[in-house]
Amino acid sequence: MTGPVEASPAKQVILAAHFPGVNNHTVWSDPQAASQIEFASFEHLARTAEAGMFDFFFLAEGLRLREQRGQIHDLDVVGRPNTMTVLAALAGVVTHLGLAGTIQATYNEPYEVARQFATLDHLSGGRAAWNVVTSPDAFTGENFRRGGYLDREQRYQRAAEFVQATRELWDSWPAGAIAAGPERGVFVREAPPGAFAHHGEHFDIAGHFTVPRSPQGHPVIIQAGDSGGGREFAAASADAIFTRHSTFGAGREFYADVKSRLARYGRVPDELKVLPGASFVLGDTEDDARERAHHIRRQQVSPQTAILLLEQVWNTDLSGYDAEGPLPETDPEPAAPSIIQGRARQHADPMETARQWRALAEEKKLSIRELMIEVTGRQSFIGTPAGVAGQINRFVQQDACDGFILVPHIIPAGLDEFVAKVVPLLQERGVLRTEYRAGTLRERLGLGSARPAAAWAAAAQPAARATGSSALAREEQVHA
Amino acid sequence: MPEAAALHLAAALDGAGWHPAGWREPGARPGDLFTSGYWADLAAEAERGLLDFITIEDALGLQAASRYGGPDGRADQVRGRLDAVLIAAQLAPATSRIGLVPTATTTHTEPFHVSTAIATLDYVSSGRAGWRAQVSSRASEAAHFGRRELPELRPGAPGRPAGRADPVVADHVAGLFGEAADAVEVVRRLWDSWADDAVIRDVPSGRFVDRDKLHYIDFEGRWFSVRGPSITPRPPQGQPVVAALAHGPLPYRFAAAAADVVFVTPRDAGDARAIAGQVREAERETGRAGPPLRVFGDLVVFLDRDAGVAAGRRGRLDHLDEARYAPDAAVFTGTPGQLAGLLLEWGEGLDGYRLRPAVLPHDLEQITRGLVPALQRRGAFRAGYPDRSLRERLGLPRPASRYATTAA
Ligand SMILES: Cc1cc2nc3c(=O)[nH]c(=O)nc-3n(C[C@H](O)[C@H](O)[C@H](O)COP(=O)(O)O)c2cc1C
Repeated sequence: MTGPVEASPAKQVILAAHFPGVNNHTVWSDPQAASQIEFASFEHLARTAEAGMFDFFFLAEGLRLREQRGQIHDLDVVGRPNTMTVLAALAGVVTHLGLAGTIQATYNEPYEVARQFATLDHLSGGRAAWNVVTSPDAFTGENFRRGGYLDREQRYQRAAEFVQATRELWDSWPAGAIAAGPERGVFVREAPPGAFAHHGEHFDIAGHFTVPRSPQGHPVIIQAGDSGGGREFAAASADAIFTRHSTFGAGREFYADVKSRLARYGRVPDELKVLPGASFVLGDTEDDARERAHHIRRQQVSPQTAILLLEQVWNTDLSGYDAEGPLPETDPEPAAPSIIQGRARQHADPMETARQWRALAEEKKLSIRELMIEVTGRQSFIGTPAGVAGQINRFVQQDACDGFILVPHIIPAGLDEFVAKVVPLLQERGVLRTEYRAGTLRERLGLGSARPAAAWAAAAQPAARATGSSALAREEQVHA
Repeated sequence: MPEAAALHLAAALDGAGWHPAGWREPGARPGDLFTSGYWADLAAEAERGLLDFITIEDALGLQAASRYGGPDGRADQVRGRLDAVLIAAQLAPATSRIGLVPTATTTHTEPFHVSTAIATLDYVSSGRAGWRAQVSSRASEAAHFGRRELPELRPGAPGRPAGRADPVVADHVAGLFGEAADAVEVVRRLWDSWADDAVIRDVPSGRFVDRDKLHYIDFEGRWFSVRGPSITPRPPQGQPVVAALAHGPLPYRFAAAAADVVFVTPRDAGDARAIAGQVREAERETGRAGPPLRVFGDLVVFLDRDAGVAAGRRGRLDHLDEARYAPDAAVFTGTPGQLAGLLLEWGEGLDGYRLRPAVLPHDLEQITRGLVPALQRRGAFRAGYPDRSLRERLGLPRPASRYATTAA
């Protein structure tokens, strides 16, 4: 892969603002931390992102309160509002910013999801985006009449069919279906409008859709999931992929991998944006930034949290251990039933992780808490505004990603400093807009106009035959 | 007759208005029905008129000329709708006092999603959220989900008695209302599943919540079970307002068991009294505890400064639609002053009215600029918005959580 050529225009940096949520990254104990529920907090972050010329605002979602040791997890932020409701409320508060919502393919039905995103797209004038996530867990399913269990292999098949059915619903009203001509008395050019039929393995649905074609045609589709199955699903179905690979090396590898999967579906690299989640800490000097970063890490990892984080690898009750003391001498118990529920798995190989952590703790003489501060979720970018702007730009220009989904560590003001200090530097470099031009989110992200559902289906078929679902499943196990 | 200044007024918003040809009137905005500006303008107008709340109609299927039928070939009527909960959410930051009551179905939508959506609407609106719970009985809507089959309600199926007289249909409808009651119960339990003071942010112990103040709801019913707790903390009103439209004893019992507000469809003053009696009877039968249902009479209204103009408008629209408009509710044509008189005359047993403007925005403006001042002159309507939350406005106290006494 060749580096950027001086003369070619710089790649634009895509920026999104992630409202931080129910994990220990979000610092709630700080006196400046405000409500995680009141609309004012969402409004503040969205307005800040819009002032910073960001591309979109992002909400995650989890549909059951997390549990650990069989009890509701009480150390992190707990609770969140309904994703779509907040985004619709924000649609009238910010005018240019895209509005991305995480919605489960497992606990919803295409007809409703298609309706909600098409509605959001109408209400926002073309700014809706759907982050498609798939959870196979029966634990969350207990909150839903349909239950939740899907085997791992099936969930991306269901998700792919879900997205396909949703696109068919979005295509069911042609552009210009509404005449609204009172003189001749023609409201819809064809009656009844919105006819659709999808007869698949997971969904067998037919009838008429109620929402006319929305400004983007198809809201932007984001996929979050790093496994082989997730990557393939993104290559076949998504406009953007939200990943955890936020280091330079891992990012370049991931980027090359997912972009190389596109050709199989008749797509070009620009049609799938790679967006890692990233956190940041700014300081007047590098030292100042490092000091602030350490302070924040201590806030993020309280002694109680340190033990719980360790338990997620050991998979056993460690509540008897002292967070300021050494690691347990016993080994993890990966075969036992999962101690944590309601959260995506973070560690693929617990025995190996434990081995590495022991080595590190011994070498640096770290307590449990110090180790957890060191090894879990260190901030992605730590530095002066110029340093951070430089790093972000380097990642993008050198194809480690196309931009970032930035996750501030505190609500509501966690993005203020970034917008005040880093954004102008990115603008100076010519890699971030200085004003919004009219247009939809899809246009702003440099994605082409919506490709018809039928074309997506046609492109997916030869590829599915070529790889075969069992090959996908094998690959998934390797990556998991 | 309602006490002076105690009459409640709501406006029911649907598309271009309730008459199927309403969109063809001069002043209607048929090209704007799917834009945020259209709904924002209507909500602002309703709020200027000090109305208690607006409702927003919805369904998981297209409108049809026949009440029970599926999609039809009528190209001359409004077809298509946005999601009502999301419209209401968008209106929340743009308004400050008016209640927002979107429709969501109990038949297909997950109660868990309804619960968090309405709780969030309550946060976004600072205590002005409601939910109009509606069963969805149409077979065509069930086919959009492909998870269950519902019998056709269309009258005249060969060899079967028509409509609800058909025992299959009657059974089916009774089942839908039973399921609806369970759905509302789940939604309400989820609203209560967080104590008001569950978030403690206790730095010394490192705890964000007091988990003893979060409650599993463990609902198990005939149709589904839901574990809980909610992912969303208890909303500002505690329990947002639940409303239901009801046309007979079965839905009256559903409303008595599940709702705070019931919309009924009297044909005249005597009928209004009779219905109010039936609603009270349903409350006794279901052993309703807490405040009695707030009973709102539904009326479709054509309003003009000249009664002849209003009647002419209705005639013109009926002619355009090639049918006499015969909705489930009574239709009023006349002046706002005449309507004020009728509302007071019918008022015995009713707490207020939900008016369905035949044509938007025209008949809404007649309500806010004509009817409301006329009622105020008679001392029968508020002069402002003294209350913040929708519950308060309706005289409903903020209830303690059902789990409050069992908290550890
Ligand atoms: C960056 C990222 C963000 C995610 N956000 C959510 C989320 O908000 N809600 C959710 O239920 N799952 C979320 N997931 C989980 C994914 O949907 C999926 O269940 C998980 O990544 C496992 O899939 P995989 O094996 O393909 O990685 C996220 C995953 C990633 C990588």
